[in-house]
Amino acid sequence: MDRFLFLTLDGLSRGAVYAAFALALVLIWRAGRIVNFAQGAMAVAAAYVAYSVTAATGSYWLGFGAALLAGLLLGAVVDIAVMRLVDHRSPLNPVIVALGLVLLIQAVLGMVYGNEYLPAQTPFSRSALTVGGTAVLSPYDLFVFATVGVVGAALVWIFTRTAIGLRMRAAAFAPEVSRLLGVNVGGMLTLGWALASGVGALAGMLVIPTELGLHPHAMDLVFVSAFTAAVIGGLDSPPGAVVGGLGVGLLLSYVSGYAGGDLIPLAVLALLMTVLLVRPGGLFAPVTARRV
Amino acid sequence: MSATRAAARPGRATAVESTRPRRAVPTLLRHLAVAAGVALLVLMASYQLDSFRNFQLATVAAYLCATAGLTVLTGLCGQLSLGHGALMATGAYALALTQSAFAERGLIAGGWLIVSLVVAVLATVVVGAVVGVVAARLRGPYLAGLTLAVAVVVPALTVTFDGVFNGEQGLPVPVAPAPAGLGLYFPHERWQLWVAAAATLLCLVLLANLVRSRYGRSFRAVRDDEVAARLAGIHVARTQVIAFVVSAASAGLGGALLAVLAQRVSPGAFGLTLSLFLLMAVVIGGLGRLAGAVWGAFLLVALPDLTHSLTNLFTLSPAAAQRLEGNVPLAIFGGTLIVVMIAAPGGVQGLLSRLTGALRARWPVRRS
Repeated sequence: MDRFLFLTLDGLSRGAVYAAFALALVLIWRAGRIVNFAQGAMAVAAAYVAYSVTAATGSYWLGFGAALLAGLLLGAVVDIAVMRLVDHRSPLNPVIVALGLVLLIQAVLGMVYGNEYLPAQTPFSRSALTVGGTAVLSPYDLFVFATVGVVGAALVWIFTRTAIGLRMRAAAFAPEVSRLLGVNVGGMLTLGWALASGVGALAGMLVIPTELGLHPHAMDLVFVSAFTAAVIGGLDSPPGAVVGGLGVGLLLSYVSGYAGGDLIPLAVLALLMTVLLVRPGGLFAPVTARRV
Repeated sequence: MSATRAAARPGRATAVESTRPRRAVPTLLRHLAVAAGVALLVLMASYQLDSFRNFQLATVAAYLCATAGLTVLTGLCGQLSLGHGALMATGAYALALTQSAFAERGLIAGGWLIVSLVVAVLATVVVGAVVGVVAARLRGPYLAGLTLAVAVVVPALTVTFDGVFNGEQGLPVPVAPAPAGLGLYFPHERWQLWVAAAATLLCLVLLANLVRSRYGRSFRAVRDDEVAARLAGIHVARTQVIAFVVSAASAGLGGALLAVLAQRVSPGAFGLTLSLFLLMAVVIGGLGRLAGAVWGAFLLVALPDLTHSLTNLFTLSPAAAQRLEGNVPLAIFGGTLIVVMIAAPGGVQGLLSRLTGALRARWPVRRS
């Protein structure tokens, strides 16, 4: 029972990160109907910026802030310099371009930092606190919950309570009408990319220390897990992404706790295949018929 | 929606091809003649080139199987697959296991390699069918995500089941030397080129015929408009599964040939990067044209070689040289992929077609 409790809490902490990363995917999907396959590589790039800043200044928090800033900037740059120029009529094109970005970003990181695992710092201890003899959460897990909670609340506030959030939703919902009404649709799209990439960078900062460390390919499997989470929730639904993220985190924690950590990749693939076969639209999407 | 999608497809020239008047020579004969000509060229080249170039040409042949398969799937049937690196891994590991099993029983004659290649293709067909059945229900980002998951997860399975696949170390591939009848000093690389080129040419002839057959026309119909294809009596899902299985079989053959060439398989060679490389190769070569696959396969081998000689021009510390050598080709591939998608979605072959088309329009060739 103790073990079950520990695995559940550990899974929720892992799931919170997947939820944040899935949220980033959902944000871009809602803004521009693109699944950003370069999200993982962009998050790793931000994490490397944090590594450099932390190494130069000795402060984790300066590095953390730099990563968020780098994430926001990278998202805006990717939209303005690349995605805007792509012909979006074929759904294949943005996907292929995003994969080109993956290759490019990973190669540049490998050139600058080398293809070895670098140690990633945590601001708080990762050893679990014990309550009444039972190992429960570590301070770092609490930090993860708090950060993801704050980011989620901030996103909800931006999109539902501010004028800029309203404009962003309008630009995504009806671009032509919004443009007629004076909304800067392109600018809103860039802002969406920046926000999503910032959230992705945050998720990367949170998850990389709990895995093997900093590496150009560090987020490959995390991306697949988060994509699975986003699909479970339905790519359109932010609450769905959060629920999907927590669910995937729990499942992977149970698999690695009871069956062995080696099986995690297989579990992710099996879960993704099952979801796509049973409910391709996700648990939270209304059922729609596909025209064939 | 579907009309705009169809108009935006990069492979518009195929529609022109299919309206071309029928030629007098039957398709199969024409393809066989071309294949025989290419075989003769490769044979001559294998005696002219040194061992290293022979080996590189053999590697091109192995990649060509995979890129041609991916061209059929993505260019002709409109399904994106990021998982072809994993399918190559399936073929390579199947070949390694079969060859080892034969070697243990003392069956080391070269003929058994053919059996192993067939086993490798069959194993990949099974895996491809499983993925293909799921993939046929999916569109756009969902399909890309699933195949990406396959590309990331399948190489990791070699560590999960390291009792069979021996983890990161990988497996040796025992391959028989060149037949004694060719002489004592016959270079091994030349023999490798012959084996790889023969298998690849067979694969290409089959694919080229498939593309020109009823199935090829169904593929293009499904790619251009699923609703119209369905109205014309084409079973869309079945067509997509067939395309995926054919494409997987080619990729499996390519992976198996790579294993024969390297005489070793390890998961590091079949990671996500390989899958992205293959996609890049077919996009840069030109989607929807088998000739584009040839360009792509050459690029895959030539570009790392080129950057290797480029980095040799500068005096760098060994560590820096090592970093650059592995990553510069990746950066060039990634950058080229982005630029090609933005500037010339038809790829190299598309540019060539446009160029020859423009020339023809300016100086019309007089036909009697």
